[in-house]
Amino acid sequence: MAPPCPAFFWTEQQCAGGPGSPLISGIPLEKLAELLQYLFSGLTNGAIYALIGIGFSIIFNATAIINFAQGEFVMLGALVAIALHSLGLSLPLAFGLAVSAVTLIGLVFERLAIRSAREATAISLIIITVGGGVLIKGLAMLIWGKDAYTLPPFSGQEPLVFAGATILPQSLWIMALTILLVVGLEAFLHFTILGKAMRAASFNPVAARLVGIRVSQMVQFSFALSAALGAAAGVLIAPITLGVYDMGTMLGLKGFCAAVIGGLGSIFGVVLGGLLLGVAEALASGLISSGYRDAVAFLILLLVLFFRPQGLIGRRPSRSS
Amino acid sequence: MVRYQRWLQAGAFYFLVAITGSLLPGTYYVTLLNLIGLHIIIVLGLNLLMGYAGQISLGHAAFFGLGAYTSAILTTTYKVDPVLGLLAGLLLSGLVAVVVGIPALKLKGYYLAMATLGFGIIVAIAFQQMDWLTGGPSGFMGIPPFRLLGWSFKTPTTGFFFVWTVVGLILFLSLNIVDSRIGRALRAIHDSETAALAMGVDAQRLKLLIFVVSALYASLAGSLLAHTTNFIAPSSFGFMFSIKLVTMVVVGGMASIWGSLLGAAVLTILPELLAVFHDLEVVIFGLILMVVMIFLPRGLVRGLLDLWEFRQRKQQGR
Amino acid sequence: MDPPALLTLKDVGISFGGLQAVKQVSFQVQEGQIKALIGPNGAGKTTLFNLITGMLTPDQGEILFHRQAIQGLPPFQIAARGISRTFQIVQLFGHMTVVENVMVGRHIRTRAGLLAAALRLPWSRREEAAIRAQSLEWLAFVGLQARADDYAANLPLGHQRLLEIARALATDPKLLLLDEPAAGLDMTETERLKDLIFAIREKEISVLLVEHDMSLTMEVADEIVVLDHGELLAEGPPREIQRHPAVIAAYLGRDWEK
Repeated sequence: MAPPCPAFFWTEQQCAGGPGSPLISGIPLEKLAELLQYLFSGLTNGAIYALIGIGFSIIFNATAIINFAQGEFVMLGALVAIALHSLGLSLPLAFGLAVSAVTLIGLVFERLAIRSAREATAISLIIITVGGGVLIKGLAMLIWGKDAYTLPPFSGQEPLVFAGATILPQSLWIMALTILLVVGLEAFLHFTILGKAMRAASFNPVAARLVGIRVSQMVQFSFALSAALGAAAGVLIAPITLGVYDMGTMLGLKGFCAAVIGGLGSIFGVVLGGLLLGVAEALASGLISSGYRDAVAFLILLLVLFFRPQGLIGRRPSRSS
Repeated sequence: MVRYQRWLQAGAFYFLVAITGSLLPGTYYVTLLNLIGLHIIIVLGLNLLMGYAGQISLGHAAFFGLGAYTSAILTTTYKVDPVLGLLAGLLLSGLVAVVVGIPALKLKGYYLAMATLGFGIIVAIAFQQMDWLTGGPSGFMGIPPFRLLGWSFKTPTTGFFFVWTVVGLILFLSLNIVDSRIGRALRAIHDSETAALAMGVDAQRLKLLIFVVSALYASLAGSLLAHTTNFIAPSSFGFMFSIKLVTMVVVGGMASIWGSLLGAAVLTILPELLAVFHDLEVVIFGLILMVVMIFLPRGLVRGLLDLWEFRQRKQQGR
Repeated sequence: MDPPALLTLKDVGISFGGLQAVKQVSFQVQEGQIKALIGPNGAGKTTLFNLITGMLTPDQGEILFHRQAIQGLPPFQIAARGISRTFQIVQLFGHMTVVENVMVGRHIRTRAGLLAAALRLPWSRREEAAIRAQSLEWLAFVGLQARADDYAANLPLGHQRLLEIARALATDPKLLLLDEPAAGLDMTETERLKDLIFAIREKEISVLLVEHDMSLTMEVADEIVVLDHGELLAEGPPREIQRHPAVIAAYLGRDWEK
């Protein structure tokens, strides 16, 4: 059996060798360090879930579509960055190019799959995006095979020790860049013409059209934006998890859980949902059993839907008569 | 004549089953037809829920799995008779459907889809993780076949007769439900829940009722799977299978009982046909899903009819 | 002695997010009465209908039907007690045929459950035949028997309104609420609607209607209740209401009053 591994994403060698492994239990200080360790890994994963979840929420708000292909954008981001880096490109350049490439793929996906399906019902849109996800995943398998690829961390391999718990520099990168992206996104949505137009188009498409906003362009833009966010999440997590063709599906579903838990309408809510989910998962897999770790996300999803369907932060949807 | 229509239909159906069963060569086609039959049973129930009552479920693979695992565990580990195992599966699935359905069916549209999706994934994870009970990811082997009145349905061909007898029965029940006071009320809820409520239809109770019925269908199919293939693995009951079931309903046509047969058949055969493409199989499957949904969102039968009518009209216009 | 009250509203009120949509409204509908509810747009008429039929629950007050409180009951139970309605914006089951729409109205008065239906038990088939027969009778009553097998969505608006009435009558109500039944009807159709409302009363069904067509309202109603801004402004026979100064003011604007 694998040693109790606080973070799903850590490879086993790193986990077993890491000084954070709980060796002695029952000692309060050790316990505290252990909890801190779960918190670190939870926040790391949570930030990734948040980025993916924001992608869901941007598309949902613009189109009322749940894009089940979102997770595949994450996978593509990771694998494209890895491929570019292995060609000798510097990490930042590979990062930037990978995100741009996936953004383009997001645009193509919107154009071919979503816009062609004008009269589709919610159910057929679900099937279309799932089909798109299957297609993208299949293509990735054709290109990259079933092997896992590594991407070097952005800086340093050595875990930093903090109050008895360890944290990888990459985790700090993930958290910092997530904060940067979220703040940037909020600023974009509230202070730029394009961002305001996007919000207007999702708030009331008819009125937006009347004041001259091209709603179809906003929909297109929402797909580009969420593909970019997904790809960024993929590049960020790749040094920790490795990049494989089928890494996107579960990550996508987790991001989706984060979005629903936080409330699809609010970016801040999705971030909160993602972090909450990440920490809950880390605690559950550390303290209960790592096998049920994936179930935790969906259990929280159900609890939120049953008791607070508008999400933790979201407003109650207004009654339509 | 109308009075005897059902009996004629039933007669024709079983005649066809008997002919097919005795003529089919080899086990491959029989096994494939068995799988189609099982999928038809689930899809008939899911279509009652989606097409008639207008409620989506992205977690029906869970009930399929609950039936299969209850049957497998009770008959293999505890040596219970398969028929009792099947009944126990129905009981468990029915209970779970009530417990999940009461809160979930208060949600609408996408939120209901999310809740059923979450439920389905949790159950699938439980099948994987409870390896002391379910055998874990490597699956559950050595499940005994049905034994009825001294008959053992061991071979795929005898399994075929068993499965398709049940398919005929379920088809009969479903056609009757659709064409009844209950079916009418369900369609009413789909069209306007407000008006249905005002006319005295207890929409919440009926939605739950049909959710439970569709869960029972899926559980039944699961038990049949366990006892005809003698082996089950958790990968058969995951999120992708739930999506596949929904796709079968939509491809066959929402609110079309006969379309369900077609949808189940097409989507069960398709991967078999695509297997010659090896690694391309998944890609082509994804592509077909998208293309069918984009161009024929109302399903294969109605979509093709629509296209044909459109063409006729165009020709007349000229 | 007054005839016994069928429906009694006592100080009924509801507010939506600070806006008091209905304020302390009290009135009665007697058995065999045709009562009209009038008032300018936004006066709270449809809200009051939704309160009576259980689509909304009042914040204050009591609604009695046959002297029993019904406020807070779910709509389908209120329908079972004998209150049925039509909708201002037609709410038919568009994908079902005309006669099937009416057959849904029989739902609450019949009992074939899932099992009986699935197994086609003889009694459930007899019940189904009776449902169809009764529904066709109600269609004939409103004059739609010729369209029985058309899809409801394909009917012209006038026929859709009649179909809603037939569907509501099929629930065997003691009280029928009609929400702007004449909206969108032409002159001859309105004339036929008037006869239909009288024919409904002949069947010992009381009628409460919301209507903007004043000549129709004045002709059919025994009594009129006037609402304005959620409050009861006046109540009385049509002739009194026509001369009531507050009503005239509410309808024609305050300027005229000066």
